[in-house]
Amino acid sequence: MTALISHKGWTWGFRSTILLYFFVLIVLPICGVYVQSFSAGWNVFAESLSDPIAWKAVLLTLKLGLTAAMINVVIGTMVAWVLIKYRFPGRTFLNSLVDLPFALPTAVGGLMILLLLGPGSWIGTAAEAAGLQIVFHQPAIVIAMVFVTFPFVIRAVQPLLEELEVSQEEAAYTMGASKARTFFQVILPSMLPGIISGGMLAFSRALAEFGAVVLVAGNIPGRTLVASVFIYGEVESDNPVGAAAVSVVLLTLSFTVLWLMNRVQQRGRRA
Amino acid sequence: MRRLWIGLTYAVFLILLIAPLSKIITSAFSGGLAGLGRALGRPEAMHALMMTGAIVVIVTLLNTLFGIMMALYLVRATWLGGKIKSLLNSIVDLPYAVSPVIGGLMIVLLLGPDSIIGGFLEGTGFRVVYAFPGMIIATLFVTFPLMVREVMPVLQEIGNDQEQAASTLGAYSWLTFRKVTWPMIRWAVVYGMVLTIARSLGEFGAVLVVSGNIMNRTQTATTLVYQDVENFNVAAASGVALVLAVFSAGLLLIMEWIKKRKEVH
Repeated sequence: MTALISHKGWTWGFRSTILLYFFVLIVLPICGVYVQSFSAGWNVFAESLSDPIAWKAVLLTLKLGLTAAMINVVIGTMVAWVLIKYRFPGRTFLNSLVDLPFALPTAVGGLMILLLLGPGSWIGTAAEAAGLQIVFHQPAIVIAMVFVTFPFVIRAVQPLLEELEVSQEEAAYTMGASKARTFFQVILPSMLPGIISGGMLAFSRALAEFGAVVLVAGNIPGRTLVASVFIYGEVESDNPVGAAAVSVVLLTLSFTVLWLMNRVQQRGRRA
Repeated sequence: MRRLWIGLTYAVFLILLIAPLSKIITSAFSGGLAGLGRALGRPEAMHALMMTGAIVVIVTLLNTLFGIMMALYLVRATWLGGKIKSLLNSIVDLPYAVSPVIGGLMIVLLLGPDSIIGGFLEGTGFRVVYAFPGMIIATLFVTFPLMVREVMPVLQEIGNDQEQAASTLGAYSWLTFRKVTWPMIRWAVVYGMVLTIARSLGEFGAVLVVSGNIMNRTQTATTLVYQDVENFNVAAASGVALVLAVFSAGLLLIMEWIKKRKEVH
């Protein structure tokens, strides 16, 4: 039995199985999309992208994703700061609630927003009376993206704030710095790596978001059709080459953001 | 000042998380308990929940096993060069950056009826895309990094002194793993499993593209929610969504509990 288990063949079999699983599951599909979108030549690829519906969808996604990331940078930094620095009733509860958007299926998140702001709800009715259109328009897409990417900035900033020693803050006060000055010269710089990497993660996740967005966006080409929903539509209408072309653009963007984020983190570690 | 910041934080949580959550509860119960029962008692709803359950079980088992092994190799393997290891290490994260819809599209392109592999498999009577296997593969793809990323830091932190000691004393690798490595990574594995369950429970985009969302055949709970909303059957959608939300909230509680255990450890 011992001889059987410690046999060399097992080790090799194991190693190749794991690596094969990894390559077939992760590497092969990603290469497949790139190959497929260029399979019919560069011209077909450019043609798929020059379709106004396609490039407008990509631009819209970028714009709304950036907006959502910015909103999250602001409220995420604030929430992280409050949750670490202050002790108040309900703090632990709120702190565990932060992860809810990660745990919740995105389709459920989309449905929640639809129920809360949609036609028939009192917020939706009130907004409509005021001439604001939320659901099935761009604001709803931003809200869905903010909801889904809510935890990123908070979870990136919190550990940095925990590490920041109170003595540094106190030193700044003692030397006569005002509260605002302490914040901008001591606290903010130490949060910055977290804010940047969290914001970038939120941005790349917002670009990729589908479930929550498809339910609340009207999906009108050129106005409320984001890239991921466009790709879904192309797959449904049996045009995988068009879908692959937009996918390649979106993937390359996300990979670049991810790569930049790693660079930022490595810099932060070295400093 | 302090009051203002705490108040603002509460407002953010209330508007962004608590209000939507309570809205789904009231909407699911808008037809009373009987209405909720009707929404969940539909044959397609039962089938969709069963599908989701099956996917969660299979995906969690597979990715736990392969995720632990992958993490072990990425941290410990001496037979992989350092360059290759860091390349593999960065590839592990790619599914995070890939939109779920694109993840689904990849599988359709690679294994769909029009592809070489898919065409061949179709010939032997084995359907992958628009069937159960494809949905499993899509979910496996999306959830792959979770376990690896939970286990790897723990392995890095504990170092391999104890493992080396064990093997010097003559324990072969399986025994070393079971007696030395496993007790130390146990809680990370459990945490990774909970994350994997949560993610595969809620996977929507990739599964929607791969499954074709055929009622009573390849429909999961999340794609049923989508279809109900598209059919303007919001009450029924809320019923199924409530079940999913309750599960996710439960998983969130377990996650909190494990985090505390890990700290004590």
